[in-house]
Amino acid sequence: MQGREMSGAQIVVEALADLGVELIFGYPGGAVLPIYDALFRQARIRHILVRHEQGAVHAAEGYARASGKPGVVLVTSGPGATNAVTGITDALMDSIPIVVLTGQVATHLIGSDAFQECDTVGITRHCSKHNYLVKETERLGPVLHEAFHIATSGRPGPVVVDIPKDVQVARATYRRPGPIQHRSYRPRVKGDLGAIEAAVEMLAAAERPILYTGGGVINSGPNAAQALRELARLCGAPVTSTLMGLGAFPASSPQFLGMLGMHGTYEANMAMNQCDLMLCLGARFDDRVTGRVDAFSPDSRKIHVDIDRSSFNKTVRVDLAIEGDVGHVMDDMVKLWRARGHRPAITEDWWARIRGWRAVDCLAFRQTGPEILPQHAIARLYAAVKDRDPIISTEVGQHQMWAAQHFRFEKPNRWLTSGGLGTMGYGLPAAIGAQLAFPGKLVIDIAGEASILMNIQELGTAAQYRLPVKVFVLNNEYMGMVRQWQDLTYEGRHAESYSDSLPDFVQLAEAFGWKGLRIERPDELDSGIAEMLAHDGPVFVDCRVARLENCFPMIPSGAAHTEMLLAPSEVAGTVDAAAEALV
Amino acid sequence: MAAPNTRPLFPEEPAERHTLSVVVDNEAGVLGRITGLFSARGYNIESLTVADISDDHAVSRITIVTTGPRRVIDQIRAQLDRLVPVHSVTDLTELGPHVERELALVKVAGTGEKRVEALRLADIFRARPVDTTTGSFIFEVSGSTSKVDQFIALMREVGLVEVARTGVAAMARGREKA
Ligand SMILES: Cc1ncc(C[n+]2csc(CCOP(=O)(O)OP(=O)(O)O)c2C)c(N)n1
Ligand SMILES: [Mg+2]
Repeated sequence: MQGREMSGAQIVVEALADLGVELIFGYPGGAVLPIYDALFRQARIRHILVRHEQGAVHAAEGYARASGKPGVVLVTSGPGATNAVTGITDALMDSIPIVVLTGQVATHLIGSDAFQECDTVGITRHCSKHNYLVKETERLGPVLHEAFHIATSGRPGPVVVDIPKDVQVARATYRRPGPIQHRSYRPRVKGDLGAIEAAVEMLAAAERPILYTGGGVINSGPNAAQALRELARLCGAPVTSTLMGLGAFPASSPQFLGMLGMHGTYEANMAMNQCDLMLCLGARFDDRVTGRVDAFSPDSRKIHVDIDRSSFNKTVRVDLAIEGDVGHVMDDMVKLWRARGHRPAITEDWWARIRGWRAVDCLAFRQTGPEILPQHAIARLYAAVKDRDPIISTEVGQHQMWAAQHFRFEKPNRWLTSGGLGTMGYGLPAAIGAQLAFPGKLVIDIAGEASILMNIQELGTAAQYRLPVKVFVLNNEYMGMVRQWQDLTYEGRHAESYSDSLPDFVQLAEAFGWKGLRIERPDELDSGIAEMLAHDGPVFVDCRVARLENCFPMIPSGAAHTEMLLAPSEVAGTVDAAAEALV
Repeated sequence: MAAPNTRPLFPEEPAERHTLSVVVDNEAGVLGRITGLFSARGYNIESLTVADISDDHAVSRITIVTTGPRRVIDQIRAQLDRLVPVHSVTDLTELGPHVERELALVKVAGTGEKRVEALRLADIFRARPVDTTTGSFIFEVSGSTSKVDQFIALMREVGLVEVARTGVAAMARGREKA
């Protein structure tokens, strides 16, 4: 293809446009001024001005998670780049495809401790999937195309491209490259057919199978969620999901057991413990899922499908590992299952036992008295919005777990939460990103009063772009999840977990041009939610909830699935030192 | 270089010593990626060597000697393999017969009988004196890690001053490219 000569900054804009980028999240500064000027002089790419670089990255993550397209961030050197690091790490842990462009001081100043210089590639080397320092303007086009390829293929993740200011100013020829054939990076998409055959035989022969699904099914795309439905239908097995995988399988299906893990359902964790065959699809045996590893599902054979080979046998030993895109592998499994005319060997007794565990009704709560129970608030919110196919983001804490438990997702890409890193402050910018991807959709950040303050400045971003984002704060005046652990482990000594000196959230929201609402009593809940939904601009709801409620069920850190605590009455208040040392 | 291996994951397995040959794109920061991976994940590095191995300076070979239980070694291989600039990871120990060589410079000081004994031992180990003063030698010795270890141990008794070692370079035997 014919190339054109232009400045490095123009190359950035051209390449982004060629890559189909419609909007980028950013914050300007000295080291990116040439790129900002190039953005100013074009109309193909929209720039969203955030209020803090961490917000830009989470917004890009929310955009990516909701739309399936990569999110793009532009920040300046030094503090701009370091402010982005938490978001980059978050995207790495949750495998979210984003590309972060950082300005850098001019090449001749690198290494001289110049103003706003930091070693961005050094700092982000181990919290990005890959990163580049581009020292020649000619390399900029190829590197940007490669960066998108790497961010979006294989196990997705964040890619950082650090661009010195002189490289943005110098001129070079930009050519749109053909399909990328990387020299060394070739992720495997199709799984080994022999291994897939073996997996189908094991699944067909299993009497007590379970499908354990994760965020990989969502990353693989809508086809994977479809393939999962088909595979589950054919094999008749119960399905459980990690926090990151919620929505890949419809919560309304009778085969769905709910989320598993630390705050998962009794039926999901018991079924994981008692199954004879576990088919792990795009999940990674995280410690929040396995609990005590040596007691994790002791009698099962395990099949693990993952696009990242390093996930195999990392924490749990598996019997069969299939490297490949989980969507492709499930497609092949479905085809093989059909071709062989398999009938599931799953027993009626297995479902009978599952029904027994379900009957425990582990998520039940009783809303009595004058205080709103947080679970009740989420249940009412869910009832009010479930027919509108909303996108839900969360912050981190008890409210996040209650949302995962009581909000039910039917489709993928509707649930945005920080799973691996557990980043407080994720939810509001993520909701903004999702709202920009889907301007007409209902997007709600279910938040805690402590977390929301971590990126509260992004209220300004939503106001500027007239995004009708809703923030629904379950205000328990505590860093509830911290307090809960103190109740469990430190005999209720609440060291620094009280949210003192909280702002008046209604006034705060209004100061940013939002509508503010307060809900204090159970009888105000439905009307407050209705009022929130009726307003077509951004609304901040300060929902005051029971201050000391704890989130159950819970498998304490390092305990086995069978040692699940179902109610506050089972909490001892102390643990031994070994358990105390676990996060 | 060695980071303590504190992974309790599969404690039942004995530690094994493996030599990995890693071919990487010769780009800035690639060595940092690899050593950082080892330190961040608590893997051991016993030795690490790196040098450019192609005509056009496009690729380097990094030879890493590491120890750990079997499954940790498998993890290390998988973790290395997923780094973008890594072309290939070969576990030479697993592959079978291979050659491992290391070179050391060993400085010994002494006079009289000690000096004579140092020369005698050097001869047995085919170590060459590459620098001589009336009171010292620098020997160049090469061979397997254990041979170099042994030579250094013996030199301690006859006046060892200091040691510089290259770390292991290794290659599979036979005519194939590993
Ligand atoms: C950036 C960051 N700092 C600290 C923590 C540790 N942490 C986890 S949950 C939590 C409390 C969150 O409080 P709040 O947002 O009010 O949610 P609640 O648990 O009360 O629902 C804290 C401090 C974290 N996850 N992220
Ligand atoms: Mg709180």
